[in-house]
Amino acid sequence: MTAVQTQPRSGLATLRRGLALTPEFRRGITGTLLLALVATAGRVVVPVAVQQTMDRGLRAHGGPDIGFIRTAVILCAVAVLMTAVAAYLMNIRLYRTSENGLAALRVRAFRHVHDLSMLTQSGERRGSLVSRVTSDVDQMSQFMQYGGLMIIIAGGQLIVATVLMAVYSWPLALLVWAVFAPLAFALRIFQRWLSKAYGAVRERVGDMLSAVGESVVGAPVIRAYGAEERTARRIDESVGAYRDAQVRAQSLVALTFPSTELAAAIATAGVVMAGTALGVGGHLTAGKLVAFLFLVTLFVSPLQVATEVLNDAQNAIAGWQRVLGVLDMTPDVADPGPAGVELPRGAIDVRFEDVSFAYPGGPTVLHDVSARIAPRSRIAVVGETGSGKTTFAKLLTRMMDPASGRVLIDGVPLTEVRFSSLRERIVMVPQDGFLFDASLADNIRFGRPEASDEDIHRVLTELGLGDWLDGLPEGPATPVGQRGESLSAGERQLVALARAYLADPDLLVLDEATSAVDPATEVRLQRAIESVTRGRTAVSIAHRLSTAEAADEVLVFDQGHLVQRGPHAALVAEPGRYAELYASWAAQLKI
Amino acid sequence: MSQKVTSDILKKGASVLWVAARAEPRLLIAAVLSSGLYAATTVGSASVLGRVTQDVVLPAFRDGRTTMGTLVLGGLAIVGVALLKALGVAGRRLYAGMVQYNMQAAYRRAVTRQYLRLPLAWHQRHPTGRLLSNANADVEAAWAPLAPLPMALGVVLMLVIAAIAILATDLVVAIVGFLVFPAIAGLNVIYQRRLAPVAAHAQRLRAGVSEVAHESFEGALVVKTLGREADETERFAAVAAELREANVAVGRLRGLFDPVLEALPNLGVLAVLLVGSIRLRSGAMSPGDLVHVAYLFTLLSFPIRALGWVLAEVPRSVVGWERVQNVLEATGSLPYGDRSVEGAGPARLEVRAVRFGYTDDDVLHDVAFTAEPGRTIAVVGPTGSGKSTLTNLLVRLVDPAGGQVLLDGVDARDVKRHGLSATTALVPQQAFLFDDTVRGNVALGLDVPDEDVWEALRLAQADGFVSALADGLDTHVGERGATLSGGQRQRLALARALIRRPRLLVLDDATSSVDPQVEARILDGLRDSAATVVVVAYRKATIELADDVVYIERGRVVAQGPHKELLERSAGYRALVTAYERAAEEPVPDEDEENEENEEAVA
Repeated sequence: MTAVQTQPRSGLATLRRGLALTPEFRRGITGTLLLALVATAGRVVVPVAVQQTMDRGLRAHGGPDIGFIRTAVILCAVAVLMTAVAAYLMNIRLYRTSENGLAALRVRAFRHVHDLSMLTQSGERRGSLVSRVTSDVDQMSQFMQYGGLMIIIAGGQLIVATVLMAVYSWPLALLVWAVFAPLAFALRIFQRWLSKAYGAVRERVGDMLSAVGESVVGAPVIRAYGAEERTARRIDESVGAYRDAQVRAQSLVALTFPSTELAAAIATAGVVMAGTALGVGGHLTAGKLVAFLFLVTLFVSPLQVATEVLNDAQNAIAGWQRVLGVLDMTPDVADPGPAGVELPRGAIDVRFEDVSFAYPGGPTVLHDVSARIAPRSRIAVVGETGSGKTTFAKLLTRMMDPASGRVLIDGVPLTEVRFSSLRERIVMVPQDGFLFDASLADNIRFGRPEASDEDIHRVLTELGLGDWLDGLPEGPATPVGQRGESLSAGERQLVALARAYLADPDLLVLDEATSAVDPATEVRLQRAIESVTRGRTAVSIAHRLSTAEAADEVLVFDQGHLVQRGPHAALVAEPGRYAELYASWAAQLKI
Repeated sequence: MSQKVTSDILKKGASVLWVAARAEPRLLIAAVLSSGLYAATTVGSASVLGRVTQDVVLPAFRDGRTTMGTLVLGGLAIVGVALLKALGVAGRRLYAGMVQYNMQAAYRRAVTRQYLRLPLAWHQRHPTGRLLSNANADVEAAWAPLAPLPMALGVVLMLVIAAIAILATDLVVAIVGFLVFPAIAGLNVIYQRRLAPVAAHAQRLRAGVSEVAHESFEGALVVKTLGREADETERFAAVAAELREANVAVGRLRGLFDPVLEALPNLGVLAVLLVGSIRLRSGAMSPGDLVHVAYLFTLLSFPIRALGWVLAEVPRSVVGWERVQNVLEATGSLPYGDRSVEGAGPARLEVRAVRFGYTDDDVLHDVAFTAEPGRTIAVVGPTGSGKSTLTNLLVRLVDPAGGQVLLDGVDARDVKRHGLSATTALVPQQAFLFDDTVRGNVALGLDVPDEDVWEALRLAQADGFVSALADGLDTHVGERGATLSGGQRQRLALARALIRRPRLLVLDDATSSVDPQVEARILDGLRDSAATVVVVAYRKATIELADDVVYIERGRVVAQGPHKELLERSAGYRALVTAYERAAEEPVPDEDEENEENEEAVA
């Protein structure tokens, strides 16, 4: 729904926008272009010079002119060497500049992805965001350093060959053009087929990777349910479809690629026949005809290169467009930047004013919520799944902006607070405690990298998790594995909580942050949180109502409305949603 | 030393290619023959053009007349050779491509078969990203040299033909040629050898960049909540800069060698001209011969580089092959027996002195309990005490290091293949859904009518939301079930277990994201199921369902028996299970006062 819009931009527009966004590409470009000019000229002139030497020296009237050949050979050798040196210097500059630019582009796109709102991010397949900063950029790099150059050189060669052909014999030049004009047209059509075929290949790769991914990530389920054969079948299908798409694309390549070869032969044969006919009529010398034949080869080779490179070019432009597509998305939850308000530290006061929210294209999930959370108060937010309590938390932490109404902290609209200040003062612990593939200690100090090992020990002890830490094989150095999967779901939540606590916020928002933890630990944590958040504001979203009992105030959500609020003791006594929720909770506790 | 390493790699590379040659001999031979045709016609086209010039064009110019017949014949000869050459190119590309793609497909299948065959313990030792790249990038790298291989073999043929052609023309010029060609080939080998490690390094860094991006985007919510965007960008910028330097290093080599490799054939032609002109004067060769030889030089200068392309891919290929072989040769299989545990009604489960560890430290020590048929056992214990590990052992996702898991008296290890998955069902803590329809996810390969699917959904309290989905049972749930909420995913996972009417049902905190009211209804439904149930739980209502409780602390069974009895007997159990009530009774924690004092002191 919020998928990256890759506006159909022309190649030139992409180039202009791309260069504007990545000025690094332009650094020293004049020098590089001058060297490229020399290298290109050399690559065109050298074969012509060699040909001329052969033609004039060997076929000179009265036998080979050895003196001329020697001079010409030496001059040619100098030209060859100069071309090589120019090409070398240009290559070095080109690689340096383009890699600098691409690295900068990568990093900029990466940062931009993080600046996009959670909503935008989750609208994308994660893999596709990753490829914006990896394979899309790699494709550009390949083209810039190889294909792009080839196209420039090929273009130069094409022009020189055409001019020389016309000078030698314009009727023959016309003949050559007559043969190649339909080919150029055909190549465009081939190109379209090819890009379609490669598009299919890329799609099949995606399917295959996703099928293979399931067999790895879903291994326990597959094993437990004996679904090996079904999975194998799905993988085989996708592997087979990928292979078929590859073969189909390759057949097209095999069909189209030699077409230039054939066209060249037809042109050569035509030139030989027409040239001889012209010669017989006295309009052309034998030497000129032989030289012309050489020019035909000079004319053909750039076309061959072009068929190879055009596909690269198309991929590179498409890749660049996708990267630009990400960079051009305006973050819908934007940081006001230096113009924004910096809030002083201290207990936080929160106000919701007529806040409503709807996911794009979806129904309204939060209706006109108004509430004030006093500084230093402990708030519990309760309600059934889908009641809007998590949305409330996301709006409070500005993961999303309301559709209407506003959220204020310390009297300042949330949208005007600088992110650096906001994220320092308000920290949310999400339900799924995502951990990075590093040690336990490094994960806990993620929010405050300068924290020492003692700090980490202190935090865990204060949270009553000292025993747990001691029980781990390597203590704080224990590696948590990818996504923290070496730990149990409950343990991951413990780490996520410690991480948020160490970050030392003024408002701590817990979104069912202890749902997978055992009751004794949860109660212990709850108490620890209570004591450590004393003097700060804390909002807990919970479906275990033990949290609500201990809170200063409870906010009760039902179907997107804030239906009740007040201390537990008062709410439980009056008939209403909370009393119902509490009754079913209590029923679970009783034996 | 490095010399030896290189020759070793080449030897290994050759043996990898030999594997392909044995697997796809026909296609590979077709590709090599096509390439040979291409080689022969490339050299041949020069001869044909030379002959046409000599026999048709020059006489015509000399005599001032020609016949249409000879002209057309000449033209046909040129086009005919080109047609054969085009056939050669097309055949080489198509067949070489097919060899490569077939090998890729075959090894992707083989590798993923291993993933499905190897025990879970093996999976747990290997990171996900590594396994994915084994099946994708490594397989691709292993067979990458297959694409340019036929061309390179064709080039060898071409060189031989050209060498003979040049030798036949003039010995002295041939010597010049034999100096230039080996120089080009040799330089290419040096180039590729120097390039290979640098390029491999860049490739590794590219994977590193991708890993950082993947992890960082996956943890985007955490990055946001803690405002670490700038630091994450710095972390990414560091790996991107490393990659940049590696790419520039590759570029420096390419930038140096490419112009030299391009200049060499030109210099060769010039050398031939110089020497040739001397030979010309002494009358050893004719101008036509010299033109022919010079033309051969220009023709060969490009294809000869195909040798370099193959060599360039070899080191990567060897590394990819070895990584793929590691998977294919992994032995840790989970052997099956031939006993059957099928039957009607609930199974009897006995766990005898089970010991298990992921590393050297055991997670479970001497765990033992019995579940009589039809009984429900609750496994209770603090976070990280080994409950999930125990559930994996019960359905034999892993085997115990010591002790036994017995189903109806049969050791789980002696049960035949698919015997256990047909009689037991585990619903894990984190529900995993496939990128498939609701029906596909619930049936998971079973051939069942829709009524059964609905019945299972009803028992799992999932029929309501499924019937509200746009396409009902045919709704696609997306990657990992992304379009559903956590509680909905859990209920589908539960339905998947129930539809199998298992004789042993193992629930690992499988309803943690489901609302308590809904959970209560699910548990009610389970009462009637004809299964022995083992349930990992914290909620009292769930525990209440159980006939017996097994209480675990730090991987040991500390107490077992009926709930009421354990409440009295086990202090740890009592503390855990009654935590909420006690919290409600004594809302003011004792440390509170102390803390307040501390705070004042700090202030």
